Amino acid sequence: MTASAELAAPAAGAMVPQPFRVLRRRRETSDTWTLTLEPLAGEGISPAPGQFTMIYVFGVGEVPISVSGADDGLLVHTVRAVGAVSAAICAAKPGAVLGVRGPFGTAWPVREAAGCDVLVVAGGVGLAPLRTSVQALERSRGDYGEVTLLYGGRTPGDLLFRGELAALRRRGKLNVDVTVDAAAPGWEGKVGVVPKLIDGAAFDAESVVALVCGPEVMMHFSVLALRERGVAPERIYLSMERNMRCAVGHCGHCQLGPTLVCRDGAVYSYDRLAELMAVREL
Amino acid sequence: MTTLAEILADAPFFASLRPETIELVAGCGSNVQFEPGALVFREGEPADSFYLLRHGSIAIEAYAPNSGPLVIETLEAGDVLGWSWLFAPHRWHFDAHALTAVRATAFDGACLRGKCDADPQLGYELVSRFAQTLIERLQWTRLRLLDVYGHDGKR
Repeated sequence: MTASAELAAPAAGAMVPQPFRVLRRRRETSDTWTLTLEPLAGEGISPAPGQFTMIYVFGVGEVPISVSGADDGLLVHTVRAVGAVSAAICAAKPGAVLGVRGPFGTAWPVREAAGCDVLVVAGGVGLAPLRTSVQALERSRGDYGEVTLLYGGRTPGDLLFRGELAALRRRGKLNVDVTVDAAAPGWEGKVGVVPKLIDGAAFDAESVVALVCGPEVMMHFSVLALRERGVAPERIYLSMERNMRCAVGHCGHCQLGPTLVCRDGAVYSYDRLAELMAVREL
Repeated sequence: MTTLAEILADAPFFASLRPETIELVAGCGSNVQFEPGALVFREGEPADSFYLLRHGSIAIEAYAPNSGPLVIETLEAGDVLGWSWLFAPHRWHFDAHALTAVRATAFDGACLRGKCDADPQLGYELVSRFAQTLIERLQWTRLRLLDVYGHDGKR
């Protein structure tokens, strides 16, 4: 199984940002916002689940951001303010104009997983790049076996898309398990790390396709738990994060061993990553 | 009707124990149930048992003055709750509450310690299994200490 072959490609010149207007802005957590963008001209872009765009804040800079939603030409990004550019994106109010290049990169193999069990493991803001996959899995629920979402965050207040997760649970089409590292008063859910949930998750190790996204340490332990359950490396997919700049495989800033994350990732199957992840400081 | 020994034989915690050893352990066990919110044990009280959870979930909590109970970890079906019965001073270090309706097998600690004293092979088997559980909980706790969801980029 390989990541989706028919990927959306940048509509215009890959290095030219297209103007998008901020249509809506919703606060997710203390430092994370979800922005809905509409193209100022043309039909916009149609990214596949797992792809990313380069978002340019004029006069500040440009960063790669995973797509967390795309519908009717609108583009949705969920951004955590961790630096100057991402903070400027989070601060962009409705009406503000941002530059967007893309979409870029590989996709989660959602369609290719039809007929299989699917396990989605997300940590922190790692749920954002998986959001469209979860939506697609729910929409086409009958095409899959067991479908499970395991999601972990630092605290209940750091969890993304809380309303959507609650609705997802209520609809009951997917198994949804959420855990936090540190509980807060009133939290009645699970407390512990998300890889620990893998041991008790419902899936057939031989037929499951696992989509994993989060901090690299969390993905490392998730892979260990998946391997312990007997899941083959080629059935595990991870989204890697590196210092992507040009996004088209020219500048080399996002090199990961013999690969470039912007061109060959960000979604990789673990059989391609196992040796690379074992190399320190790569 | 499924016997307690058969239930234990299917539990990963007791995997690969010889049937006669399973029977010894089962002799100290009984089935228990807890309603949601029920106290399973309280910090400082004698630790006279441990539990194999078969259904539901339980929160291990520390009580903090001015803050109330703080959930340290939650355990689910298949998990083992409680190791203080095995180690002196045999008192609980934390509280445990049922978060949902819970079905579990409770094991009498004094009964098991007596059998372990009389049968070092049984003692070794049980201590090995609890050590494995301790290691797993320690590793997950270490992962939580890493605070992996902190800011790891500055874009």
